Amino acid sequence: MTQDIFGTKLMSEEEAVSKFIKNGDQLALGGFTVNRNPMLIIREIIKQGIRDLHVVCHSHGQGLDLLIGAGCVSYLEIAYGGMGRFAPTCIRFRKAVCEGLIKIDDYSNYQMSLRFLGGAMGLPFMVTKSGLETDLVKIDGFSKEDRGKGKIATKKLEITRNPFGKENDKVVLLPSLNPDVSIIHAQYVGEDGTVRIKGLTFADLEQANSASRVIVTCEEILSRSEIRKDPDQNSLPPFLIDAVVKAPMAAHPTACHYFYDYDPAHLRMYANMASDDGTFERYLKEWVYDIPDQAAYLEKVGLTQLARIKADPFLGYAPGLDRK
Amino acid sequence: MTAYSKLEMMAIAAGRLITDGDVVFAGTGISMLAATVAKRIHAPNSVVFFETGGIDPSLDELPLAVADPRVMAGASMNSGLIESFSLLSSQRLRTIAFLGAAQIDRYGNLNSTCLGDYHKPTNRFPGSGGACDAASLASGFIIFMEHEKRRFVDKLDYFTSPGWLHGNDSREKAGFNRGGPMAVVTNLGIMTFHPSTKEMVLSQHYPGVSPEDVANNTGFDVDLSKTSEVLPPTELELKTLRDQVDPQRLLLG
Repeated sequence: MTQDIFGTKLMSEEEAVSKFIKNGDQLALGGFTVNRNPMLIIREIIKQGIRDLHVVCHSHGQGLDLLIGAGCVSYLEIAYGGMGRFAPTCIRFRKAVCEGLIKIDDYSNYQMSLRFLGGAMGLPFMVTKSGLETDLVKIDGFSKEDRGKGKIATKKLEITRNPFGKENDKVVLLPSLNPDVSIIHAQYVGEDGTVRIKGLTFADLEQANSASRVIVTCEEILSRSEIRKDPDQNSLPPFLIDAVVKAPMAAHPTACHYFYDYDPAHLRMYANMASDDGTFERYLKEWVYDIPDQAAYLEKVGLTQLARIKADPFLGYAPGLDRK
Repeated sequence: MTAYSKLEMMAIAAGRLITDGDVVFAGTGISMLAATVAKRIHAPNSVVFFETGGIDPSLDELPLAVADPRVMAGASMNSGLIESFSLLSSQRLRTIAFLGAAQIDRYGNLNSTCLGDYHKPTNRFPGSGGACDAASLASGFIIFMEHEKRRFVDKLDYFTSPGWLHGNDSREKAGFNRGGPMAVVTNLGIMTFHPSTKEMVLSQHYPGVSPEDVANNTGFDVDLSKTSEVLPPTELELKTLRDQVDPQRLLLG
């Protein structure tokens, strides 16, 4: 029987970040654009002034944009940076790429997901036919000098002949990923450390399975007997998890299925403030640096707004929410 | 006859390209309207799924992103990206993807990454996401575009998603075992690809649009000789789109 998380893995966001994330780490971001971004941990990374991160993700949105805008990211391997209609291209991401403030290398969503899966399986590479002949396989975003440094693969990828196919049958080999840290937000963690994600899992499981360290924030802690009553529903075993932070609405302003919808009002406000350097700095001050903890954050969002985005327990989202 | 917008015409025209039983890989925006209107009218056995892992959700409310919790509600199942791209690639299914882009060339190759030099872009878009995967692996794909010269270009600034590559049999020779662009649905009409050269041709233009309008808004030569006028939206199509697909008018405005 595994030890429970009390006094061991259960900790504050401050402790989780200072213990498990350091300058220069390769960091995998859980969630997908408007959903289950590990926002509390991302805000804490910014507050602790962690720098030079090498972020790896498939499609990301709010969390990624905030991290880039706050100057925490040096290298980025990514498939998509967007927030749906709120910011079709992430705003600080676009600015940083156009101004050369970060080094970026583009892959596709499937390619990035396969790279995490490859890392989880202990394989050096994965194979796909996605991207043959395109600039995704022809243009290397990173310089020769950067290749092989830290966790940057020695090559972006390799095109080779299918050893089981005809002469011209080509495939793409993708280097696997084993991030230093993976951060995810889940609905539930058991007292034993078992993680349960409801709704779509995106590539969170592959990211967690491939990483050296995993930080999970969660809406609720369930008793050991409760979480083990229905193991079919569970996503990750306790021994892969290093830190558990209990923090309701830690994915806000992104959605968390069955708990809350994305917050259209906040996302619109963010898009406006992120468009200008001065107002973006103000956003960081008001919503990140000046906020001591999650309780203060939720107080600033306000009860009225929290009630608006509260999810219907059967549908999983907030029906009729004004999303215009 | 009821008046209709260009967006409604586009969604309905694209929806007509879906056949009953298709497994449709949908993005957000207009592709959701097209897939849903087809399902509610002539393709009840078609299935909509999302790259995020949501398979056949009820879509009672229109999702605004592929990770919107509305793609998880009333679904057949909720999974993840690996599962979704495996379905997309399944050789026993006819999987049709809807894609958008910032630029397209005469062979249906797409750019959704950047303008200018990749290392020093003048503008940056979100990137491939699952677009390159869908263009590479699905049985076929349909593209939505605003019909403008700066978008229909001779040469892409960045080549994100593979269409017919350099035309003729170049796609097959490159190692793709199926797929390719089927049609481009724009605000002016529907473009398809020549069966052997794979060059873009104007197949249908909308009522009120002339073939010359299409030529004047395309940055390369396009064959106009085979075009005919599109059947305008029927009352049933419009009513379904407005009352059942987007009653909150999130996209239709």
